[in-house]
Amino acid sequence: MDQLSSPDIASDISAVDVNRVSKIFGGEQEVRALDDVSVSIRRNEFFTLLGPSGCGKTTLLRLIAGFESPTMGSIQLAGRDISRLPPNQRPINTVFQNYALFPHMSVAGNIAFGLEMLGKPKAEIAETVDRMLQLVQMEALKTRRTSEISGGQQQRVALARALAPHPEVLLLDEPLSALDLKLRKEMQIELKRLQHETGITFIFVTHDQEEALTMSDRIAVMSAGKILQIGTPRDIYERPAERFVANFIGESNFLDAELAGNTVTLHAGGRFQAQIPEGVADGPVSVLVRPEHAQVRAGTAGDGEIGAVIETVVYSGDATSVHMRLGTGELVKARLSNAPGAGSELPGEGGAVTMTIAPNAITVLRD
Amino acid sequence: MTDTSSSFAPGDLEAEAQRQDNKRRWLLSLPALVIIVCAATGPLMVMVVYSFLAPGDYGNVKWEFSTDGWVGIFLQRDIFDDTLMWADAHLSIFWRSLSLSMITTVMTLIFGVPTAWFIATQPPGKREFWLFLITVPFWTNLLVRTIAIQELLRAEGVFNNVLIFVGVIDAPIQLMFTNFAIAFGMTYVYLPLMVLPVYAAVDKLDFRLVEAAHDLYAGRWTAFRRVILPLIKPGIIAGSILVFIPSLGAYVTPRVLGGGKNLMFGNLIELQFGAGRNWPLGAALSLVLMAAVMISLIWYVRVTSREQADG
Repeated sequence: MDQLSSPDIASDISAVDVNRVSKIFGGEQEVRALDDVSVSIRRNEFFTLLGPSGCGKTTLLRLIAGFESPTMGSIQLAGRDISRLPPNQRPINTVFQNYALFPHMSVAGNIAFGLEMLGKPKAEIAETVDRMLQLVQMEALKTRRTSEISGGQQQRVALARALAPHPEVLLLDEPLSALDLKLRKEMQIELKRLQHETGITFIFVTHDQEEALTMSDRIAVMSAGKILQIGTPRDIYERPAERFVANFIGESNFLDAELAGNTVTLHAGGRFQAQIPEGVADGPVSVLVRPEHAQVRAGTAGDGEIGAVIETVVYSGDATSVHMRLGTGELVKARLSNAPGAGSELPGEGGAVTMTIAPNAITVLRD
Repeated sequence: MTDTSSSFAPGDLEAEAQRQDNKRRWLLSLPALVIIVCAATGPLMVMVVYSFLAPGDYGNVKWEFSTDGWVGIFLQRDIFDDTLMWADAHLSIFWRSLSLSMITTVMTLIFGVPTAWFIATQPPGKREFWLFLITVPFWTNLLVRTIAIQELLRAEGVFNNVLIFVGVIDAPIQLMFTNFAIAFGMTYVYLPLMVLPVYAAVDKLDFRLVEAAHDLYAGRWTAFRRVILPLIKPGIIAGSILVFIPSLGAYVTPRVLGGGKNLMFGNLIELQFGAGRNWPLGAALSLVLMAAVMISLIWYVRVTSREQADG
């Protein structure tokens, strides 16, 4: 291990720098898959590219891997421009979406492949293969054909194969999407453990917001070829910069409001202090309230409070969801946690209630 | 399961359905069986019987037992003292058939694999067009196509004219009626039989595996050798067999392009049933050719099933 591997001194150094990269696919009609994207991924980071299908996240991953080259812009690995290097000359390995294991080789043969290509001595290859098998807990299946093992096991082999050459960066292209829910949860924890143990920078692509939130150090939310926001899971969830980000991650209520200085006045009533993101001017704005930050109390609203009429109440075990219509006609969802007795005093459908919003729970959106 | 005391146990119904199913299967396979018996097994039996009879004076056979047909494959009797000698003419024909068939197979591989690769990597809409072009030659009679090749190869043909024009040669060289002409013609005729199975194999190839190989530090050549080649091998072997077998028995191409001198196996067999008037020898030669084909097929099945067992 070189000294850069220790996380505390290394975390300031970029592992991958993507500088103003655009990717246009030619053909009958041009498709701009990436549009002026810049992102800096730190060493030893678990970095996630999150977005709906077709947002460009896989294209960005393929550009970093070297399967595609950027139409504009450059990509640097630890400060070295790799934009024009073929994939076999980049110290970057990929875990493919459908694993892409070599069907004509055994489990061990697959894991050894990269090491053989690097011309490592036989003894070292054997030793590394065993270590990798141990790392992903697949020792028992070493000599099996890849067609003879389950999806979850193939997933582990794909991971071991990509980790064996000890790349500087590991790219993971929706590696968990083919697994069932239980296995997916297990592998999420497993991946975090592997990233921690190997000290390799992970760049993870997913469209699953929950997966992104639970696993990532930082997330880049992408849409239509652009990165909309980069931040920690907490940043992204609690302080989404745009309506798309808020909508894509978690459940959201969007309310119309007037902004004056730091004060947000909801059209539906109520006045709140909020942090204002850059580039938002006074005047009409859209604000976000997460359902779990909205509370409901029985009884009509007083002055400066938010009155509402209950539409439906849905009990779901740990929580109760209350859908209500505000005076402005806006439909709002509140998620009340089911502490013993809580929520039982709420009126039924059509009943008048007052909605309250927790302090600092209002996020002004830039859109 | 609870006992319903019904007179119809579920097993009875199942067995009945199975019987019906079997009956249907036999009926469906009947046309194929008729053809196999009439067109393959029957004639084959006739050949076996004829190969052990004596030749008739004007063709056909005399109904008396003789092993001369089989002996005549490799040996010939001296006209004057009846001593047995190696049939050198036959041996050279066998050797020519074998070597030209192997050369044809190798040449179709050299031209066919890149062609198949090219077609399989075209966008889906364009593949049909290229495949269509590959199958166009099948529309015309083989004889006509082979005669067309004469135009390329004859003394005042395209090849000689181009070579003289470029200045490689001063006078036309003999291309027609050579082994080269036969190999050239057979390569042309059998190329589609190589392209199509290799195309099918490349088409099935998961190109993400090639990306994975590059990702794991394999260069172009190594990725081809370690990943692509093993995966398209069944197509290459199938293509090689499809080319090699008809090459071995080729008749029209060596006849038209090889002239009277450069006989191949198929021509030798034809000769026995025609001018040679030695039907038993012809029958024995046919059976030898069939045995050669069967041996290569068995080898193919062995190789591919071992692949399967290995993974």
